[in-house]
Amino acid sequence: MEVLSRYEPLVDDFEAFLAACERPLPSVVRVNTIKAGVERTKRALDEEGVDYEGRAWNPTVLELETGKPGNTWPYFHGWIHGQEEVSSLPATVLDPQPGERVLDACAAPGGKTAQIAALMDDTGPVVANDNNLGRLSALRFNAERLGLTNVAVTRQDARNFSLKPVGLDAFDRVLVDAPCSCEGIIRKRPDTLDEWSLSHVEGVSGVQKGILKRAIQATCEGGTVVYSTCTFAPEENEAVLDHVLEHEDCRVVEFDSALDSRPGVTEWQGEEYDASVRKARRYYPHHNDTGGFFCAKLEVTG
Amino acid sequence: MSNDGQRFDRLPATDAERELENRATREEVVEWWDQRFGIGPEEFEDHSFWEKGAGKIWVLHGAVPSPTEIEGLGMKFLRTRQEHWKPTTNAVQRFGREATRNVIDLDPEEAMAFVRGKDQELEWDGDWGYLIAAHEIAGGREPLGVGLYLHGELRSVVPKGRRRED
Repeated sequence: MEVLSRYEPLVDDFEAFLAACERPLPSVVRVNTIKAGVERTKRALDEEGVDYEGRAWNPTVLELETGKPGNTWPYFHGWIHGQEEVSSLPATVLDPQPGERVLDACAAPGGKTAQIAALMDDTGPVVANDNNLGRLSALRFNAERLGLTNVAVTRQDARNFSLKPVGLDAFDRVLVDAPCSCEGIIRKRPDTLDEWSLSHVEGVSGVQKGILKRAIQATCEGGTVVYSTCTFAPEENEAVLDHVLEHEDCRVVEFDSALDSRPGVTEWQGEEYDASVRKARRYYPHHNDTGGFFCAKLEVTG
Repeated sequence: MSNDGQRFDRLPATDAERELENRATREEVVEWWDQRFGIGPEEFEDHSFWEKGAGKIWVLHGAVPSPTEIEGLGMKFLRTRQEHWKPTTNAVQRFGREATRNVIDLDPEEAMAFVRGKDQELEWDGDWGYLIAAHEIAGGREPLGVGLYLHGELRSVVPKGRRRED
């Protein structure tokens, strides 16, 4: 937890923040509307005697009163998928529409891809990319269990992603849920910070800049790119936005944040970032009883 | 031209367009679902079908250029090039709700045994071979997966990774 002390200047009620980081996460699933509606899923859970609690901001998010959501009929049928509440945010910010061309640049293990596919009513094309074969096999397993037929899976380095294999010249929307130092998932994996180092944060920040730049280049003018991480480090969040704002044709835009959030920070350890990064949102564990998260919406202008 | 385990080739529409011997055609695949399960061609109007490796057929909503060398394309759908074609569990769960033929309805105990991978002695007066096992849940019939019915026995072919946990 000492690692997190560097964020004390950014976080209100730091004691509550640390206390939340030490609590386990609630057991939350997302209803896969490709296979069943929310009402039918609830009825099936009722029949099995599994209690649940909805979330006002997103009716497809359910907290289950069981530690084993995998041991229910709705799970077996692919009607639900374990997905942490705040992780279901970026796909809703991306707001993909049926018939659009969408890329999930760092897609494995596929929870957000499946949510994108569902928002598009299982029409595509949705391209799910990741560079790791093991993680891709998890993605493929999840996508098929959830009944997705609109997803093409590619294995490329997202920093120089080629559209050729899928026969497209540009995307309408791209999600970059970037590989990160994962500080925000400490509630799920308490040992996450054991290997933390500033040099890792700085290294991964370089990768993130490369991926986000390529995502913007691969998106048509007027298109949307959503950048998200599950970390608090400004080096991996606002600094990455600041970098692409300088080098690519894009701007940060506001989005409706249904969950309690804080604006992006414009100053960190002697660095100053573009003022528009305030439009990005930071999600802290003690505000919504979720993991930690960062999310920004970009409009491509060139 | 041959089959390639790394490459997705779009199925020819009909026999007249077939260049590769033993490759199934779109027409045959759609007809098979209709004849076997009563799931009509309208269900697949917006889908394209692909082969990767010998007899592994995938279904995709929409289309991409053919051939294409990528990791996955839609969903694994059907296994051809064997005596009896075999649908995948995931395809049956996704498309099997519309089935009107060769569906075996299981009671709660039978359904639980089926998804745990157990074979069961059951009465069935329909066709032998691959069929859709279903049960009643939340006010409707829902497909569980693929069963193989032979000699008075329903064999569960639910893959290990898709079985229900105890």
